[in-house]
Amino acid sequence: MGSEDVKVLCFWASPFSIRVEWALKLKGVDYEYIEQDVFNKSTLLLELNPIHKKVPVLVHASKPILESFVILEYIDETWKQHPLLPQDPYQRAHDRFWANFAENKLLYASFIAMVATGDDTEKALNVARDSVEKIEQEIKGKKFFGGDNIGYLDIALGWISYWIPVYEEVGSMQILDPLRFPAINAWMTNFLNHPVIKDRLPPRDDMVAYFHTRKKIVSPTYHDLMKYL
Amino acid sequence: MEGDSVKLLGFWGSPAVLRVKWALAVKGIECQYVEEDLSNKSDMLLKYNPVHKKVPVLVHQGKPLAESLLILEYIDETWKQNPLLPHSPYERAQARFWSKFVDDKCMPTVVAAFSKVGEEQQKAAEEARENLKRLEVGLEGKQFFGGDNIGFADIAIGWLPYWIEIAEEVVAINLIDAGSMPKLNSWFHAFIDIPIIKELLPPRHKLLHHTKAFLQA
Repeated sequence: MGSEDVKVLCFWASPFSIRVEWALKLKGVDYEYIEQDVFNKSTLLLELNPIHKKVPVLVHASKPILESFVILEYIDETWKQHPLLPQDPYQRAHDRFWANFAENKLLYASFIAMVATGDDTEKALNVARDSVEKIEQEIKGKKFFGGDNIGYLDIALGWISYWIPVYEEVGSMQILDPLRFPAINAWMTNFLNHPVIKDRLPPRDDMVAYFHTRKKIVSPTYHDLMKYL
Repeated sequence: MEGDSVKLLGFWGSPAVLRVKWALAVKGIECQYVEEDLSNKSDMLLKYNPVHKKVPVLVHQGKPLAESLLILEYIDETWKQNPLLPHSPYERAQARFWSKFVDDKCMPTVVAAFSKVGEEQQKAAEEARENLKRLEVGLEGKQFFGGDNIGFADIAIGWLPYWIEIAEEVVAINLIDAGSMPKLNSWFHAFIDIPIIKELLPPRHKLLHHTKAFLQA
C-alpha cells in the first residue's frame, strides 16, 4: 500500500507539520513521527531540508519532500484512498487559491497581531479580520470546505480552528468573532470534533505557554510589516 | 474546441502573465488576450479577481482563475496534451517545490538586490546569488527542470534570468554568472532559444525602459 517507510519530521506546535499528519491519518497511512527541536536543529533536518531548514519534511521510501502544501499534493497523489482534492480542475484551483490566501493573509497577520504592539497590532488585526470575512463566504452553507467530508481545504485551513484561538488568548485580542463570523465558527467546531482531528491536536495549555514565550522574544521587523500587512 | 472560450487578462511586462502565455502555447491553446492598464484596472479584472485585483486572470468557459502557478496546474489538468508536470508524484513534488522556491525565496531577494543601496544591497545580492545557485540542484543530471523537454518548473522559472539580465543593465550588480552557476546559465540559454518561448518574451528594449522606470522610481 505504500505506507512502509514513511517518516514525518515535525514540530509539536507547528501548524504546518500538523496538516501533514492530518492528511496521513485521514488516509490511514502509518508513519513515524520524528520531533524536531526547531531552535536546535538536528543533523537529520539540515540534511533533508538544507534549503529551508524547516519542518515539515515528509520522507517516503528514503526521499524527502518539502513544503507542507507540496507534501499534501504528494500524499493525495501517492495514496488514493480518501481523496483530499476534488476531481474537477476548477474546484481544485479554488481550493489551492484559498489555501494560499489563508496562509499569506491570515496566518502571518494573526501571528503579527499577537506579537506586535499598538498601531501595528491594530493594522494586523484589520488584515486578519478582513481575511476571515472572505473565508466566511466560502464556508457558508457547508459543513466542511470539502462538503460533507473533510478535504484538502479543511486540512489546509484547519490551523485556524486551533491556532488562532491560542493567538487570541496570548495576544488578548479577538479575530474570530462568532457574531460576525458564524459560519467559520460552526466549521471550527465540526472540524475539531472530527475523530481523526480530535485525536491529533497538541495540548492547549502547552500551546498557550509556548506562544507566550514566543511573544516575549519575537517582534515583527519593518520588513515583516511591509510584506504581510 | 468549439465554445471552449479561453481569455487571458494580462500585462505585457508581467512575468506571472508570461508563465501562463507559455503554458497555453506549449499546449497549443488559442486564447483571447486582453491587455490591462494596471494604473486603471478594468471592471472585468476587478470582477474576475476581487480578492487580489491582479493579473494574470485566466477565464475559461466564463469561470475566472487567478494566481499564475495555480493557473498552470489548471491548464495542465484541463488540457492533457504535452503534459507540463511529470508523471511520478515525487517528480511532481520537485517541480512544485522549485517553482514555489523561486516565488517565495528567489524573487524577494532578487528584487531587494536591485532596489536597495549600499551595505543592504550587498547583503541582498549575496543572498540572491545563494538562492539562484540552489536552483542548480533542481537541474542535476538534466538539461531542463522537466528533463529532456521543458515542463512546469521551466515555465515557472524561465522568466527570471531574462528579467535579471535586463535589471543588471540598470543597476550595476551581477547575480547570474556563468562561472559560478554554469548549469543555470546553460539551462537559461537553452530555454529561451526554444521558438515558442522566445517569441512570447516581452521585447528587450521595452522591458529595459520599463525596468529602469520601476527601479529608479
